[in-house]
Amino acid sequence: MGTTESSIVDSARARPGLLLVVLLGGLLLVDLAAKLAGLSLGPLGGSVSVDRLGSNLWNGVIIGLVVGLAGIGLSMTYSILSFANFSHGDLLSTGAFTGWGVAFLIAGFGDIPVRTLLSVRDAGSASAGDIGAHIVSTPIAILVGLLAAFAITAVVALALDRAFYKPMRDRDGISILIASIGAALIVRYVIQFVYGSDRRGVTASVDASNLAFGPLGLSVNAHELTIVVAAAGLMLAMHFMLQRTKLGTAMRAMADNKDLALVTGIPAERVVTATWIIGGGLAGASGYLYVLLRGTIQFDFGWLLLLLIFAAVILGGIGSVYGAIAGGLVIGIVFTTSTIWIPSDFNEAAAFAVMITMLLLRPEGLFGGVSTA
Amino acid sequence: MSSDIPDASDVAEAADSADAITDEPEANDSAVEEAAKHVPSGAPPLRVEGLVKRFGGVTAVDGASFEVEEGSLTGLIGPNGAGKSTTFNCITGVHEPAAGSVYFKGEDVTGLEPFRMARKGLVRTFQIARELEEMTVLENLMLAPKGQIGESAIRAVTPGLRGEVVEQEEAIRERAWETLDFFEIDHLATEHAGNLSGGQRKLLEMARALMTDPEVVLLDEPLAGVNPTLEEKLLDRIHQLRGDGYTFLLVEHDMDVIMNNCEHVIVMHQGSVLAEGTGDEIRNNEQVIEAYLGEDI
Amino acid sequence: MSDDSARPSETEAPESATAAVIDAARRSDLGLILGTLLAVYLVAALLTFTDGLNSVVGLMRTLTFLGLVYALAALALNLQWGYAGLFNIGVAGFMALGVYTMGIVVRSPDPAFGPPGFGLPLPVGILAGMLVAAVVGLLAALPALRLKADYLAIVTLGISEIIRLFLQSSAFDTYLRDTLGVGTGGGSGMGMPRNPVRELFLVDGQANTPTALGDFAFGTFGESGLGISNTILIDWAYIAVLAGVVIAFFVLLERLGRSPFGRTLKAIREDELVADSLGKNVDLIKIKVFVIGCALMGLAGILWFGSQGNVSPTPQFMPVLTFYVFIAVIIGGSGSNAGAVLGGIVFATVLFEGPRRVGASLRDVIDAETPPSFADAVATLDPTAFLAFATDNIAPLQFVFLGLILVFIMHRRPDGILGDRIETAAAVDLSERPSGGETDE
Repeated sequence: MGTTESSIVDSARARPGLLLVVLLGGLLLVDLAAKLAGLSLGPLGGSVSVDRLGSNLWNGVIIGLVVGLAGIGLSMTYSILSFANFSHGDLLSTGAFTGWGVAFLIAGFGDIPVRTLLSVRDAGSASAGDIGAHIVSTPIAILVGLLAAFAITAVVALALDRAFYKPMRDRDGISILIASIGAALIVRYVIQFVYGSDRRGVTASVDASNLAFGPLGLSVNAHELTIVVAAAGLMLAMHFMLQRTKLGTAMRAMADNKDLALVTGIPAERVVTATWIIGGGLAGASGYLYVLLRGTIQFDFGWLLLLLIFAAVILGGIGSVYGAIAGGLVIGIVFTTSTIWIPSDFNEAAAFAVMITMLLLRPEGLFGGVSTA
Repeated sequence: MSSDIPDASDVAEAADSADAITDEPEANDSAVEEAAKHVPSGAPPLRVEGLVKRFGGVTAVDGASFEVEEGSLTGLIGPNGAGKSTTFNCITGVHEPAAGSVYFKGEDVTGLEPFRMARKGLVRTFQIARELEEMTVLENLMLAPKGQIGESAIRAVTPGLRGEVVEQEEAIRERAWETLDFFEIDHLATEHAGNLSGGQRKLLEMARALMTDPEVVLLDEPLAGVNPTLEEKLLDRIHQLRGDGYTFLLVEHDMDVIMNNCEHVIVMHQGSVLAEGTGDEIRNNEQVIEAYLGEDI
Repeated sequence: MSDDSARPSETEAPESATAAVIDAARRSDLGLILGTLLAVYLVAALLTFTDGLNSVVGLMRTLTFLGLVYALAALALNLQWGYAGLFNIGVAGFMALGVYTMGIVVRSPDPAFGPPGFGLPLPVGILAGMLVAAVVGLLAALPALRLKADYLAIVTLGISEIIRLFLQSSAFDTYLRDTLGVGTGGGSGMGMPRNPVRELFLVDGQANTPTALGDFAFGTFGESGLGISNTILIDWAYIAVLAGVVIAFFVLLERLGRSPFGRTLKAIREDELVADSLGKNVDLIKIKVFVIGCALMGLAGILWFGSQGNVSPTPQFMPVLTFYVFIAVIIGGSGSNAGAVLGGIVFATVLFEGPRRVGASLRDVIDAETPPSFADAVATLDPTAFLAFATDNIAPLQFVFLGLILVFIMHRRPDGILGDRIETAAAVDLSERPSGGETDE
């Protein structure tokens, strides 16, 4: 019956749109080349130096890695549990606040009141500089914070599943989606209640933390490097888990074809549990890293990132872990390089537009990931 | 006596404006619809030629060709996976065939969407009855008729224009009741379709299909899961309707049903037509027996 | 619209506003809605009666206004989601389009008063607002309605955010000023045109120049009469207009639902393939419904935010607004128009305004200083101090409460209050066989 239902959509769609998109992409590349060469062909944007392009790309890669890391969990729950989880963004915030609480505790223990540290500076009057959390000066604190973000968010994600989603396993995707909107509200505003609503600085500034890469004209700071290493490490660990372990095989099977996997005797609930632990943990870690990148934290930052994460997941193809990573990179790069042509007011809009175009032209994603239908 | 299933002309009489029902709200093929039905036009009502449909690497239908005669009850059989359902879906426009053509009364209708096929006069039922559970039996039936002026949002709400809609609704309601009588499920009229038994759902589906005032009805295993009494009743109705000039193409798993009821039988195997003929011819066809080896004919 | 449909009816279908209202009352929906309103008023009166009549009427005004605007938005969403199953979570964006277009069309072309507009009459602005919302809805619907429901949700959310980001952008504002000579005001938003209802009472809307009607109203009920402030009185007059529009919406949608069109929508929601196979042009009907719904959302945006003096894209049109409207529809039960109205009222009063008022009242009786933060509140180890913190920070708790309600409804009562009531989808009575018809025997 599945084929019958999807076929209304699949019936005859010539795709002039795809051609248009390719054409547009080509034009932008030509225009970019012209801009780099100092010529002005197109009507949009000014000239671009190699340096600026390089730093745009580098920033895009970093944002992309963070978004991609968050996307892994969203993609997994989307394909294995067949619903779009609108509370995923708030898991990023969960990881960021709890993780940074732990990092602060280690970095500032003894000098600063514990309530200030654990509440990520909501209580008390210590400044971020007083606490002095930075990868160069307090590497242990930053790393333990990352682990704590992973662990605590995994627990929260699992608890949310048991409380909210498990009783709805057999319901349709839209009902669970609505419940996840409820869960998102709960998580986000518990965070606001506990940690306050102010946006505040988190990382301290440390001299000589910038490493210059002369030939590329790039200036890379130590936190960016930390993010690249941490995100790449987590992604690699994910890769080995998926390819080398029994759990990973079961997960891939569930994502690929749930019914078939169930028939072959895969312990569904165990896979679901593992999915929440890993997906939630990666979301928490990604939220923690995002704060490391931005240097500030606010209770709803994860929610505001959610649509970008969806964009990455959809771009890569729902259900594909590698697609989510690639999609994150594309979204990150679109986000930062779009400012070459359009005002920075619109870089988010550009990323959403890319996502919408993708959904309309190729809903199965860049890599033709498995459909959840 | 109830063999004369009410058709569009009855409704038009009942409605004050005789042209209301054939008046398409969204314009277009009214010419086709006004063409007198049940009059042999030379071209067969349904002809399929070299139909091909692939799913990924699997070729489900591989060059199937056959014809359904005017006013006939034609059976389509074949082992599991022979491509019967896919053929149905290609004819009704659910799938677009990769190659080949579908002709409806001589007109090439390949790849037309299901709703256009239904408007032309070719309607289908589903293997697993797809009644609309949250609607009553009567609403299910009243959904089906073509040319309902109240399907235009403007007409449905504008004070001056709603009167006509109500008149047409009354006519459609009357026709729905008559159809329910014909299938002897009038006692279920106000029941929600979700509460019906499996057999009753099959009756409802056929009744609903007839409400579209079709010329050709494609029945996908209409007797699957139906108890013998109800099966008798359903077959009886099909024969009566055939007598009234409706053309039926019937996919059925139960061999006996096909052999005993269809004057013409098409056997599909591995996506194409293996044999055609009367029940007896098929029964004695070596190839068919081979295809069904191990299965009971 | 309501004038038109107020004619007496001759047929059995809800042919007029009155008939529809009577019909609703018969099925006791109207009774339920009015009863809920009365209960809300009662609680409001209990909460504020010590502060005098003006406070009571003032709180009732706020609650009624919010209840009605949520009902309006919920009705529009119910048409798309409840009737046709189109999961549009871009409601905020379409409301923003409506009210911004209205503002731009009506505002004075003189840039001295803020973002310039076209200076056209208000009715033109309202029509233009609905039209723009409808056209953007159409552009979104054409490709997107073929998508699965959850993809449609993400696309519409994306569109809503893109709309908000555009309105937020100063670059877009500048661009509009350069090309069309009009502006959006960017992040700081724009002032709304004068409310014609206000001008019924005040000449040119100026506070100290009442019209004859204003003189009468203010004299009877106002500061020189019962002591209700003039602003509150004018607001009640606007509420009367809103109530009229809600009734008109309701009648319009009931008629749409009780027609062959509504029948087709119901069929599409249940099983697209069946509707398709029975000759219904599913794509076209979905597009129609989506566009009508978007136009109504535009109108709801105009009547809601257009009366608030000033609009700005953030935070007024954040996606959370869409979720509020969704919660209203879900509470009432998607698919039921009476449920949408009821859900709008219950959401706005009980869930949205209620906790704030109750929290504020509770705070007044707690005799403790509010700790500066959650961590400080916990560190005091004093339950009273913690309670003081909680009641002083009721806003986040209220959202937690909303979330819990949403999850609870999805778990226990996914059909909402009235959603299990299945409404007839025909323009005629189907409850029994008409006696005029021939019988078979």
